[in-house]
Parts: sequence; C-alpha cells; structure tokens
Amino acid sequence: MTSLYLILAVILFSIGLIGFLIRRNALVVFMCVELMLNACNLLFVAFSNHHGILDGQMAAFFVMVVAAAEVVIGLSIIVMITRTRRSTSVDAGTVLKG
Amino acid sequence: MLLEILSPVAAQGLMQWAWLLIAIPGGMAALLLIAGKVTNRFGHWLATAAPIASFILALIFFIDLLSRSVEARTVSVHLYNWITAGAWEINVGILLDPLSIVFVLLITGVGSLIHIYSIGYMAHDPNRRRFFAYLNLFVAAMLLLVLADNYLVLFVGWEGVGLASYLLISFWQEKPSAAAAGKKAFIVNRVGDMGLLTASFTLLAMFSSTAFVDVSTGADKLTTGWATFLGFMLLLAACGKSAQVPLQSWLLDAMEGPTPVSALIHAATMVTAGVYLVVRSGAIFEQTPSAQLAVVIVGTVTLLAGAWIGCAKDDIKKVLAGSTMSQIGYMMLAAGIGPAGYAFAIFHLLTHGFFKANMFLGAGSVMHAMDDDVNMRHYGALRKLLPITFITFAMGYLAIIGFPMFAGFYSKDHIIEAAFHAQPAMGVLALIGAGVTAFYMTRLMMMTFFGEKRWREGVHPHESPVVMWVPLVILAIGSLIGGMALNGWIGHWLEPIGAEVSGHPSWLPHITTIGIITMVVVALGVALAWYLFSKKPVPDEAQEKVSILTTAGRQDLFGDTVNEYLIIKPASALSRGIAFMDEKGVTPAVEGSGRFVQLIGDKVRLIQNGYVRTYGLTMVVGAVLIGVALVLSRLV
Repeated sequence: MTSLYLILAVILFSIGLIGFLIRRNALVVFMCVELMLNACNLLFVAFSNHHGILDGQMAAFFVMVVAAAEVVIGLSIIVMITRTRRSTSVDAGTVLKG
Repeated sequence: MLLEILSPVAAQGLMQWAWLLIAIPGGMAALLLIAGKVTNRFGHWLATAAPIASFILALIFFIDLLSRSVEARTVSVHLYNWITAGAWEINVGILLDPLSIVFVLLITGVGSLIHIYSIGYMAHDPNRRRFFAYLNLFVAAMLLLVLADNYLVLFVGWEGVGLASYLLISFWQEKPSAAAAGKKAFIVNRVGDMGLLTASFTLLAMFSSTAFVDVSTGADKLTTGWATFLGFMLLLAACGKSAQVPLQSWLLDAMEGPTPVSALIHAATMVTAGVYLVVRSGAIFEQTPSAQLAVVIVGTVTLLAGAWIGCAKDDIKKVLAGSTMSQIGYMMLAAGIGPAGYAFAIFHLLTHGFFKANMFLGAGSVMHAMDDDVNMRHYGALRKLLPITFITFAMGYLAIIGFPMFAGFYSKDHIIEAAFHAQPAMGVLALIGAGVTAFYMTRLMMMTFFGEKRWREGVHPHESPVVMWVPLVILAIGSLIGGMALNGWIGHWLEPIGAEVSGHPSWLPHITTIGIITMVVVALGVALAWYLFSKKPVPDEAQEKVSILTTAGRQDLFGDTVNEYLIIKPASALSRGIAFMDEKGVTPAVEGSGRFVQLIGDKVRLIQNGYVRTYGLTMVVGAVLIGVALVLSRLV
C-alpha cells in the first residue's frame, strides 16, 4: 500500500517542480510550490502510517502551518506586483534586481 | 641599614571615614561641573568650603594620630577590592601615617587659602565656577595621590593631578600660549608617568603586589639590578612631576595659568608629588646606592639650573618658577641622601609650601595692582602703595633666602649640612645655590618694591581686596614661624616612615661652621643684588648685549632647544618617514585590494539576473546535487 502513496507523491512533486520551473504566471508558480509541499506532506503521512509512529503526521501539521503563513505573504507580494506592473508574470520582478 | 617597617593597624571609628578627605573636594568638583550655570552665583563659595572641610577633618585625624603611640600611627582603611586576577589582589585603600597626614594638612591648608584668595583674584572672570571646580579636582587628585596605600591607586591620583594641571594651566585657552603651555605640561608629564607605570609593573612582577607595606617589607630581597632599575624608573617619574632636569621645561611655561594655579602647583600640589614618591619609596632606594646618587645629582643640577634661570628672568612669575625648581631640587637632594635626609626633604617641602604660596599669591596681588603686567622692569617703588603685599612678600623673601629664625633658615640649612656630610661636592654646590637664591630673590624685591617708579601709563596700583590679603597674612605668619615650630618635631614625627632623627638642638639657631658659611654666602648674594639693582637705576628695557650666561638663563638654559633637537626633530623625521611609507606602500596595497574585490564583484553579480525562474532552477539543481551527494555517501 505504502508504495502506491509514494508513487503518487513523486508524481505530484514532479508536476509541481516542472510547473514551478516552466510557468510564468506567478499564481500558477505559486500553486506549483504548494503542490510540492503537499507531495511532501503526503510522504510524511504515508511513512508515519507505515512505521506506526506519529512524528510524520506532526511534521505534516508544521508544514501546513508554514505553508499557510507563506501563502499570506506570497499572495500579498503577488497582488502588489500585479497592481504596479499590470502583469502577473514572474519575470515582471526583474526590474527589482540590484 | 634595615628599616623597621611598622605594619598598619586597621582604622577604627572616625578614621574609617578618611575617604571623605578625598570625596569632599572630588564630589564638589563633580557637582560644579555637572550642575553647570545653576551654581554660577555661589559655586566658588561651595568650592572654597570643600578643602576647608577636608582640612578640618585632616586636623582631627592628625590630633588623633598625635595622641597615639608610635606603633599605632600607621592606619590603613580598606575601601574595596579593585582588581583580582590570579595571585594579584589590588585593593583600593587609604594609608594614614605620619608622612601622608603631613601632606594632607599642607595640601588642604595651603589649598584652602589659595581657594579663598582666588575668590578675589578671579572675581571678574566669566568662567570662575569652572575654575573653582578644577581647583577642587586638583586638590582631590593630590589627596588621592598621597593617601593611596599602593602604587596603582597612587597612579590614579598622579594622573588626576596631571589632568587638573592641564585644565588649569590652559584655563585661559583663548590665549594660544596658554593652550600650548597646558599641552606641554601634559605631554612632558607623560614621560614621567611612563617611569611610574614601568615601576608599578615591575613591582607587580616582583612582589605580586604594589602595596607600600608589601614593597617596604620585601625590598631587601630585591637584587641590586632590579632595585636600581626600579630606582631609576621612580626617579624618572619624580622628575616629570617635580620638574627636575631633564623634564623641567614645562614648569616655566606653566606660568601661563592664572596665578593662584601657579601657587597651587608650586606650593601644595603637583611638584611636591615627586618628592613624596621618592620618600615613600625609600625602602627601594635603600637597596641601590647608584639610584640614590642619581637622585642627589638630579636634585643638585636642578637646584643650580633653577637658580640660574631665576637670575635672568624679568617676568616676576618666571623668577618664582625658577626658584621653585631650585627649591624642589634641594628637596630631591635631601631625599636622595637617604633616611638621614627624608625628614629634611619633607621639612623643606612644608616650609616651602608656606613661603612659596605666600610669594606667588603676593606676585598675583602685585599683578592685580599693575593691570596684569608681569614684567618687573615696569614695577618699582610699590612698597608704599601695597603695604600688606610688601610686608607679607618680605616674610616669604626672608624665609626663602634663609634669614635667621625664618622658615627656610631651618629647613635649607639642614639640607646643606646633610649634603656636606653625605657628598661634600654636592654640599658646596648646594651652598652656591643658596647664595644665588639670595641674589635673585633680592633682585626681585629691589625691582618690584624699591627703586624708582617705572610704571606704564594709566596704571594706578592699589592694594588688593580683603579676601586676597588675608591668605597672604596667614601664609606670611607660616613663613615666619613655620621653621621654628616644626624644627624640633618633624624628625621624630617622621621616624615611623624610616626617617633618621638628627641630633640637632631644636629651638635655638644652631651655630655650626657650615651654618655660618651659609650665612656669609647668602649675605654676599644679597649684597651683590642690592648693589646691582638698588644702587644703580634699573633699565626700562632688558639689555640686548648680555653675557652668554644671562642669554642661557633667559632661554630657560635652552631646555626647549634641547628637546627640539633631541626629541621633536627625530620624532617628526620618523613620522614623516612613516607617512611616506604609508602613502607609497600601504595606501596602494589597500586600494588595490579594494579594486580587485570590485572587479570580481562586477563579474559575479551578472549571475543575479532578476528572473525568478533562474533562481528556482538554481535552487532545484542545488537540492538535487545535495540529494545525490547524500545518496552517494550512503553507498560508499
């Protein structure tokens, strides 16, 4: 059973990674990051179940909390960039480079 | 000869409050400086009350010590533990013994009179409050210096005195010459401080302690080499503070300060510190005849150099400054002789404190009358118009030349006599010094108070106000009876600190061959000066064509020139060389390395292109690499 979860997690993570690297829309990139995080969460829970130890489930909660905090900040940045640049492309941020 | 060292007894009762002696003037100085303009109106009264309070306290302690047996007269007051490091434990404590209490009485007593005098003298100065704060600081630092029970705490007071002298000498800092004089005093004193620091470090290495008690009990275990080293370092320190040759050059320039400051520096504080240090370190000097001889030679050279300078100057304060150098030279000479001379050194220091403070304040009174003119060629015939100044100054004059029954007669004759017994050659030189002293002091009296009026136009001499002449009168009485009062007593009193008692009869003037010869030499000096400066009119301007001796004297025996060529020129050549190396070597190296880093930065920052995708890819590649490394390390 566990191996099926692992395969699903790898598929989810790969989709997230590829999306993160090739998409330009900031919102989609953001969703891909969340996808990778969820893939990790899935792994945590699957292994936790497999070994019968609760540590992995706890880690999953931590990841969720961090992800929630990150979404708040990330989305607000995206909103600000969208307002000023009239674009949701991640490349719109290049003008900020030092 | 081994000295019997008395171990101090712990303080009881009121003596535990001995730190108040220092804290009262010190705290007052802090108050006046911090409170600022608020205290402008009454600050000088508070500041004058501080040393008087200390004096009263010291008097109580003195009477207490007087009533005790000899063994119980050395009292220590432990205040707190300052530094504990390994085997070293340095405490801050106060040592009240016959030597320090005598100093405390002199400092606070004469200091109080100078404070009172300053109320009148500085009445019109806009910065009078600041002046009094510095005076209090000076007194507090000097008290810390003489009351400390070890060399490190003494050093704190020593530096405090240096700071206060700097602040006071350059008090009128708007005058460039005063600012320069303050700096000069400070820098020349640093040279001596180096000696004291080196000596303290050596003592720490030798005894694991700098306490006077430990040093005097352990001094006989010192090897001659170390004892000599310590002796010379302490002598260097004493030379700096006491303006002895070769560190004398600051004292004459220090006349730029207000006159009460000169009186304070010359009579009660500062220059007496060197003599105190040598006497206090007697146990070390006991172990090293060569350092003792060096002290004697330095003292003798300075007493002649000071007298020489005193003869050539027209500035009334500089004549007195030369005379201070000379008189401190006598004290150093006596201190260098060893235990037989300690009591004489301190005796002369006390009487000198009276008559020199008297004459400096008298000179201030004359300057006050002459619109701050210091040139004696512009004085003359002032005895009618300044009767109180004249009479009191005359007391100081008679005391310094050693007129029978006056203070200097007792104290200086003892030194000359002791010098004859220890080193006949030094005795002869000290005798000549006494003659020259009589000459230049008579010259000063004649040019100032006798002869024709040579006043500038618009100068209307007038007697000083009462706050100024009352201290003069008290000091004059001290100059008159100080010698007689202390002569029979001071030797026995100082016995516990290692002074040997002389067998001289106490009250009556003792008639010895050397005493009579001294009188004759002094009389010759007076007569010569009277013939030169009273019989003939004094030229209005200093003559240009004078002997090489006079020229040397006017130039402070070329002290500044020697410093210029021996120290300043080589030092500036060295610093120019270093500046050149800095410009041609260090600067290009530093700037080159900066440019190199800039160049790398220009290349490396191209990596930062601002595309989030690039950063993401880099991150992923990095994570993959780390993962691969982890997996590989597992396999291996």
